[in-house]
Amino acid sequence: MSLRYGARSIRPRRNLYAPACFNPSQAPSIARSWQRWSSVAESPASERVLFPGALKSKFTNDLAFIRPAELEAIPTYRVMNQDGVVIDETRDLGTTDEEALTLYRKMICLSVMDLIMFEAQRQGRLSFYMVSTGEEGITIGSSSALDPSDVVFAQYREAGVLMERGFTLDQFMNQFFSNCKDFGKGRNMPVHFGSRELNVHTISSTLATQIPHSSGAAYALKMQAKLNPDLPGRIACCYFGEGAASEGDFHGALNIAATRACPVIFLCRNNGFAISTPTSDQYRGDGVASRGAGYGIDTIRVDGNDIFAVRQAIKEARREALADGGKPILVEAMAYRIGHHSTSDDSFAYRQKVEVEDWKRRDNPITRLRKWLEGRGLWDEAKEKELRSKVRKEILVAFDKAEKEKKPALKHAFSDVWENFTEEQKSQMEELRSVLERYPEEYDIEQYEGGLDSLKEDLKQ
Amino acid sequence: MRALSRLLRLRNTSSTSRPSRCRHIRQYSSAVATARLNNSVDYSTTPLLNHTSQQCLSNPELPEHIRKSKTKRINLFQSVNEAMREALMTDERVLVFGEDVQFGGVFRCSLNLAEDFGTERVFNTPLSEQGLVGFAIGAASEGMRPIAEIQFADYVYPAFDQLINECSKVRYRAGSTGMHCGGVVVRMPTGGVGHGALYHSQSPESLFTHVPGLRVVIPRSPVQAKGLLLAAVACNDPVIFMEPKILYRAAVEQVPVDGYTLPLDKAEILKSGSDLTIISYGTPLYTCNAAIEAAEKDLGCSVELIDLRTIYPWDRETVLKSVKKTGRAIVVHESMTNAGVGAEVAATIQEGAFLSLEAPVKRVAGWACHTGLIFEKFIIPDVTRVYDAIKKTLDY
Ligand SMILES: Cc1ncc(C[n+]2csc(CCOP(=O)(O)OP(=O)(O)O)c2C)c(N)n1
Ligand SMILES: [Mg+2]
Repeated sequence: MSLRYGARSIRPRRNLYAPACFNPSQAPSIARSWQRWSSVAESPASERVLFPGALKSKFTNDLAFIRPAELEAIPTYRVMNQDGVVIDETRDLGTTDEEALTLYRKMICLSVMDLIMFEAQRQGRLSFYMVSTGEEGITIGSSSALDPSDVVFAQYREAGVLMERGFTLDQFMNQFFSNCKDFGKGRNMPVHFGSRELNVHTISSTLATQIPHSSGAAYALKMQAKLNPDLPGRIACCYFGEGAASEGDFHGALNIAATRACPVIFLCRNNGFAISTPTSDQYRGDGVASRGAGYGIDTIRVDGNDIFAVRQAIKEARREALADGGKPILVEAMAYRIGHHSTSDDSFAYRQKVEVEDWKRRDNPITRLRKWLEGRGLWDEAKEKELRSKVRKEILVAFDKAEKEKKPALKHAFSDVWENFTEEQKSQMEELRSVLERYPEEYDIEQYEGGLDSLKEDLKQ
Repeated sequence: MRALSRLLRLRNTSSTSRPSRCRHIRQYSSAVATARLNNSVDYSTTPLLNHTSQQCLSNPELPEHIRKSKTKRINLFQSVNEAMREALMTDERVLVFGEDVQFGGVFRCSLNLAEDFGTERVFNTPLSEQGLVGFAIGAASEGMRPIAEIQFADYVYPAFDQLINECSKVRYRAGSTGMHCGGVVVRMPTGGVGHGALYHSQSPESLFTHVPGLRVVIPRSPVQAKGLLLAAVACNDPVIFMEPKILYRAAVEQVPVDGYTLPLDKAEILKSGSDLTIISYGTPLYTCNAAIEAAEKDLGCSVELIDLRTIYPWDRETVLKSVKKTGRAIVVHESMTNAGVGAEVAATIQEGAFLSLEAPVKRVAGWACHTGLIFEKFIIPDVTRVYDAIKKTLDY
């Protein structure tokens, strides 16, 4: 009861809810809520539903269920076919030759880094790794269509986004080897990157938690843009897998982004698997894209093996996300996860090797772009060889350097939990120091920057 | 050039190795060569595991007919698998499900169960912990015996609402309707493995031991896991069953082939002693045992070791009786000291055995921080820290 009265009392004051700092794009939603409260009074002969929960629905005499299985599947946008041939030459590709070459080089660099790090993990040189094989076009292509000032929230298979944004090989390797130059201070598993400079929030292993963060961050960007109307608009871009999209956080994120009209791109990498779970056990709708409509979110499905299509879709999505005060966009990029889930996984326990080989041969983002480049006379085998050997060398130099660095100081086990060390932590650090000091033969602390001293220093973070 | 040839070396070694979990040298977490205490946990000789069939069958907690039966040598994930197989075989109400469960689970606990019992009873769920735990509660409340798997204890939090607000309270709020969700078992791999960092190392048991209505069980070994899991399935209260994941492969012992249950309300004295009691559960028991062996040799003391097994509701009687005898107590667990299980045990000892105490109850547990990858070995209690605590508590 009291709720209803509260809502009613808003009516006469609705103008107060449109303060000067809100732009006119807010007007429609205010009108809608106004409409909601007045609709009850409409005539009994109305053709349309009067309930507040569905304003555009017509009455019908047909007893008919909506049968999603009978609907045509959402189409997949592509620009070039599997042979790297552009389907409609008359349309602007949105990518210059020079840009295409840069994208190609970055994809090769990522895939060579993946090869080397995967093997290095097998040799026990780092604890864990995850490759992007088959998804380089999605991450590198989408990232290249964003503005560097846009804010990124990623899952873990998005090394390509960081690489495209300018994360250096040294920075990658410092993270992989948890050394003292790693921004994460050696705390995170490999591939859990973050960079303030590149506007990438640090990755968490917990699936889908970043999706609502991206809605909130986008809202922050929107509010800040209203305060600084002269600055160019920024969006948030959130990456996640089709498996993660089953979590409650996905639903919460999309729904709140829609109701608050947040400038955010939700970019689902649908690679067919969540570890071993095939999409048939993950959902029964038409992929993840079909859910966009349920939230009132504009949506597109795109061929992730076609980097031009990815770029065009994201560029347009970004433009729309910023137009008229902002709104969320859902992009589902289709791919096939060619690699194992991670170095802890043997995917041949749940899928046929031939299936993987088939995908690898038939279609992947790198060979497709290479075919296009070759078709235009921009690339050949000699250039390929030269590029591969060059990036391999660069990666190994960074690898060597990072592996030799010291580990972060021991005090960083405790720092950054809170803004400052607590009294409890200080006494625990003292307790640890005392054990390390009294039992020196039990520990190797020299590999940690500053050795024991870091626990002794005047304890400041 | 040197770099290139090294790359070749990198590539050669791996082209022959199948992508499996076989890791040759672990340079990222190698043990210290000079260590005497921190190198001393040896699963192949520890007295906490039954290395012979005879040893296994001498366990007085095993039913009479089991003590005359056969055993086989298996590890902890295999014993969990055997328990679920037994449950599926003997009780048609049993269901087994969770993320990636159908192909055997990421830790292989449900290996071959879908093949043998069909995908109506053993199946993959979509990736939603709140969904699958809520599903388990619903199924149990209509008479099934669901065994739901959370892939890692670190990922149980999306299901927190279902466990805390629903699972633990269904019976209480239903009152005389008699409706309840007993029969729910939520299994999850827990604890550190040395390189799990923030999200593959957590031991969140104390978040559940705070909640009446749930039973929280942590087995230490294959024999324990099989008997306790079968007891959990038979139990009419919901059970959170946390499996120390480092023990899945490390802990190997002789386990009875047939099905049996072990008590869900009893701690177990693993080793008796007269000067000090160590209370622990799960993986740190092996750490404690190694520390006790060294301390008894070096210091000539006698230490009692207790495995709580069921962390809540827990066997206060066994612990208090022991501490009244020894006069000293240490509680050891992996998760943080603050508001951990050790706090509850220590407070209970203080209330129930105050006059017997000759030293403060010491807690050896994780620090007030998260499990940073490169720092894990300094955060999770090791043999040295337990050894040092024994020494200090005896010297108090
Ligand atoms: C909340 C949560 N539950 C479970 C896991 C374990 N897990 C890690 S990755 C993964 C599969 C994710 O699949 P998807 O989202 O499709 O991403 P992909 O690996 O295919 O890129 C699972 C179940 C997790 N990290 N977090
Ligand atoms: Mg996936």
